[in-house]
Amino acid sequence: MAATQAALSLQDVTCTFAGGYTAIDGASLDVAPGEFVSIVGPTGCGKSTFLNVAAGLLQPSSGRVHVFGDELNGLNPHAGYMFQSEALMPWKTARDNVAVGLEVRGTKRADALAQADAWLDRVGLGAFGDRYPHQMSGGMRKRAALAQTLILDPKIVLMDEPFSALDVQTRQLMENELLELWSADRKSVVFITHDLEEAIAMSDRVVILSAGPRARIIGEYKIDLPRPRDVAEIRMTDGFLDLHKAIWADLKDEVLKGYARTSRA
Amino acid sequence: MHAPAAPEQKRARKRVIDSRPQLLALQAFVLLGFFMLWHVLTATGLLNPFFFATPLGVLERTAKDLATAAFYRHLGITFLETVLAFAIGTVAGIVIGFWFARAPLVSAVFDPYVKAANAVPRVVLAPIFALWLGLGIWSKVALGVSLTFFIVFFNVYQGVKEVSPVILANARMLGMNSRQLLRHVYLPSAMSWVFSSLHTAVGFALVGAVVGEYLGASAGLGYRIAQAEGVFDTVGVFSGMLVLTLFVIVIDSAVSAIESKLLRWRPQTSATVSTH
Ligand SMILES: Nc1ncnc2c1ncn2[C@@H]1O[C@H](COP(=O)(O)OP(=O)(O)OP(=O)(O)O)[C@@H](O)[C@H]1O
Ligand SMILES: [Mg+2]
Repeated sequence: MAATQAALSLQDVTCTFAGGYTAIDGASLDVAPGEFVSIVGPTGCGKSTFLNVAAGLLQPSSGRVHVFGDELNGLNPHAGYMFQSEALMPWKTARDNVAVGLEVRGTKRADALAQADAWLDRVGLGAFGDRYPHQMSGGMRKRAALAQTLILDPKIVLMDEPFSALDVQTRQLMENELLELWSADRKSVVFITHDLEEAIAMSDRVVILSAGPRARIIGEYKIDLPRPRDVAEIRMTDGFLDLHKAIWADLKDEVLKGYARTSRA
Repeated sequence: MHAPAAPEQKRARKRVIDSRPQLLALQAFVLLGFFMLWHVLTATGLLNPFFFATPLGVLERTAKDLATAAFYRHLGITFLETVLAFAIGTVAGIVIGFWFARAPLVSAVFDPYVKAANAVPRVVLAPIFALWLGLGIWSKVALGVSLTFFIVFFNVYQGVKEVSPVILANARMLGMNSRQLLRHVYLPSAMSWVFSSLHTAVGFALVGAVVGEYLGASAGLGYRIAQAEGVFDTVGVFSGMLVLTLFVIVIDSAVSAIESKLLRWRPQTSATVSTH
């Protein structure tokens, strides 16, 4: 079966929280090695929950997770996770935050710090290594978190709305930067966003989740736009616009459903 | 994008320094006013100097005391008791606080007893400690520890329990084992809570020492006050209180200095410093 080849394979995952709320109901997703998959869905549908399952942080109520063919039991050792909310350690400087992953894996501190500096440079924070998280802007913290995740060179990168805090220009810079980093060594990426355009511009495949509760995967779209891509330019192409139109037609109903549900509550 | 941050910080700091001489002048003015009022009231006989002493008398006595070697022996003993009470109480509070926070069964079982122990008015323990440990410094240290321990304990417990789950999940995803989590996540988080209660903890260590001395000792600042009281020497009592106050101010500013150095990563630190 595909499970043996897929980098990440979630089968029939259902998540019911204590209290009886079922966020995800029977969702399955296979991510091939080197594939860039985006998950799009209305707010509150269970995207972060789904990613937590993939990271091994959350045990699904039912369903199974395989990583490179092995059944996942505990944390996913091949995954790097960039969280939706603030996850930097406030008592460490940006440099120490980026270096700590290498340090705890046994890299010598001096080496870890040198690599951290290189990564801070790459995400445009070269001059801010000595800052504590509270001394950085929200966007700077996101970039530090990106460096913190990628410095460990994980085979699978899980990203939960990584760029939603950035302004449009910085965001496009970071998106292009991410695509460039990704194309260099083709990690598997699971990228969560609520921005359909971002999803199409970045991905090989876009997966649509329905509104919760009991969110399911209601659509999968292959994005066969040529690479390398420039996220700003590709939005003007006909191929992009056609895909956008087709996916949006499906997504719109779910967004309205989700909105109606949350505004009623 | 980032450039404004630095000047802004500098400006904030400068504003504090600018207003500081004015603030100090105002504070000195209040003190002076208080002494003047005291002086006038006692000089005119509205307040009996026997019961209320006189400011000049108190200052004169304090100056005289400060020139004697015996005074520094008393001061040294109180200082030693405070430091020991603080050190022992803090270390015990950190170790046991960690233990309780990481072992839910232990904390669940002992919870009512910890609360009960903390509810005991510590003053009633002083004679017991004197009975057990004698009239030397250790009965005072024990009293200080019984006060300091709970403050640190509760703060460490809270600090370990309240680590953000996202930071914890992130640290685990970065590959930390439980020992590394302790070092990189739990300990810094708990220490920030400990430091935020440092002023209180040091203050209580001193209270324990002085109250212990007051209730039964042969040396220390509290003992001196008790002695003066015994012979209705109000000047001596007020002088003792004045010295105690100065002592607390010195210790407290030392704590502030340490705190601002060690908690540089905390956004509140600069605000805390400016209000002091
Ligand atoms: N620990 C929990 N206990 C109970 N309910 C939870 C828990 N965590 C999440 N939920 C619920 O599960 C649903 C999905 O949450 P999740 O965080 O996965 O949404 P999301 O798709 O990531 O939303 P957003 O786009 O706003 O980040 C929400 O309705 C939320 O209230
Ligand atoms: Mg989310």
